Amino acid sequence: MSLKASIGSPFARILAVGSATPSRVIDNDYLCQFIDSSDEWITQRTGIKERRWVGEGENIETLCVTAATSAIERSGVALDQIDAVIVATISHYEQTPALAPKLAHQLGLGDAAAYDISAACAGFSYGLAQAEAMIRGGQATYVLLVAGETISDITDLTDRGTAFLFGDGAGAVVLGPSETNGIGPVVWGSDGGQYDAIRMNHTIGSGVKAGVFPTIQMDGQAVFKWATGYIAKAARRCLDEAGISPEELDVFIPHQANNRITDTLLRYLKLPEKVVVARTITHLGNNSAATIPMAMDALLTSGEAKSGQTALIIGFGAGLVYAGQVITLP
Amino acid sequence: MATTEEIRAQLAELVNEVAGVPVEDVQLDKSFVDDLDVDSLAMVEILVGCEEKFGVNIPDEESKNLKTVGDAVAYIEAHS
Ligand SMILES: CC(C)(COP(=O)(O)OP(=O)(O)OC[C@H]1O[C@@H](n2cnc3c(N)ncnc32)[C@H](O)[C@@H]1OP(=O)(O)O)[C@@H](O)C(=O)NCCC(=O)NCCS
Repeated sequence: MSLKASIGSPFARILAVGSATPSRVIDNDYLCQFIDSSDEWITQRTGIKERRWVGEGENIETLCVTAATSAIERSGVALDQIDAVIVATISHYEQTPALAPKLAHQLGLGDAAAYDISAACAGFSYGLAQAEAMIRGGQATYVLLVAGETISDITDLTDRGTAFLFGDGAGAVVLGPSETNGIGPVVWGSDGGQYDAIRMNHTIGSGVKAGVFPTIQMDGQAVFKWATGYIAKAARRCLDEAGISPEELDVFIPHQANNRITDTLLRYLKLPEKVVVARTITHLGNNSAATIPMAMDALLTSGEAKSGQTALIIGFGAGLVYAGQVITLP
Repeated sequence: MATTEEIRAQLAELVNEVAGVPVEDVQLDKSFVDDLDVDSLAMVEILVGCEEKFGVNIPDEESKNLKTVGDAVAYIEAHS
């Protein structure tokens, strides 16, 4: 007996990106009704001026459908060619079923394999690593990767440490086989020793008993320390493993956790001035898993970044988990 | 073994890099927060930078006590 193995494409790349931002604009002054803070403090500590939260008729599903539809249309890939759907999210508030099968159905993707992953703010890069491996391993030819979040639903408006940080939104990419490489080696990992650095204030069970919906909490300084120390080194490793020097890089899209973290990463990586750096945090806040594809779409749409350019992306967050790679922009 | 002045000078460079404070202002009697206007996040980075630069380990409970440049230099001298 000879058992057949699946055979994939030598390389994969991102074919197109799309995103969705909800309609409600929440500025810092609005939040200062609920926390003892100021526009000045929030701006100085994080760079955030405003963020978008879901309003009437908007939710995780509508955001993901909009972002995915845009990415699929731009890719030119036929619906029935998409074999797999990965949704990266920590804000689909149902234990089961996953959001991905429902999304695949709504988008008309037939019986595509579909599942969710939970890797918080690293979700997009985790999903990208899986999608790349599927295409190169022959498990799928075209993959839809969607990252969507509505962290506003689990934000405690009265928590001075997190109320101002998160924004809602979704981003999606379509990936496919390629003659040339469009995705460098993933550099990823976790530190479960710091599992409580970003955490929920209740489990589902204890929340039900207490009659409250669990909300997110954070030890901001621990996260800041990890991001400006360990993650800076991981970002350097992404470049090294891809064989790309700082001079060869065109665009840098770090997870938008805090502008001050981005400043430190830039200082550490010594990227040349010409490198375009994502700063979507100023008007979108931290969009968790959705941050990187949303920023990618924004930079390409504004013309600041161009198709075919080389970009470093890196996500990091609750877990703690992180993942990054060097990619060719769609 | 580096002298107190050498450690202060290296620390001053780090504080300058992270928080933009002129190196000549970073003197032993200066308080990071009150005199040099270093905020809590910049302080985290300075301490992480010290750990790297001087090969010391600064636990969180210890970092609260390092209020002046002199406190930090003394800690580094005692632990490196
Ligand atoms: C959240 C964050 C901005 C808080 O900043 P911080 O410097 O750690 O804040 P601290 O809680 O240590 O407080 C520092 C000072 O600011 C004050 N403060 C805290 N929150 C405040 C707020 N919302 N408004 C005004 N002042 C505030 C504190 O009272 C304290 O004042 P004091 O020094 O006079 O006592 C910061 O920790 C951060 O961004 N961390 C990274 C988080 C992140 O990126 N998470 C997402 C990962 S995916």
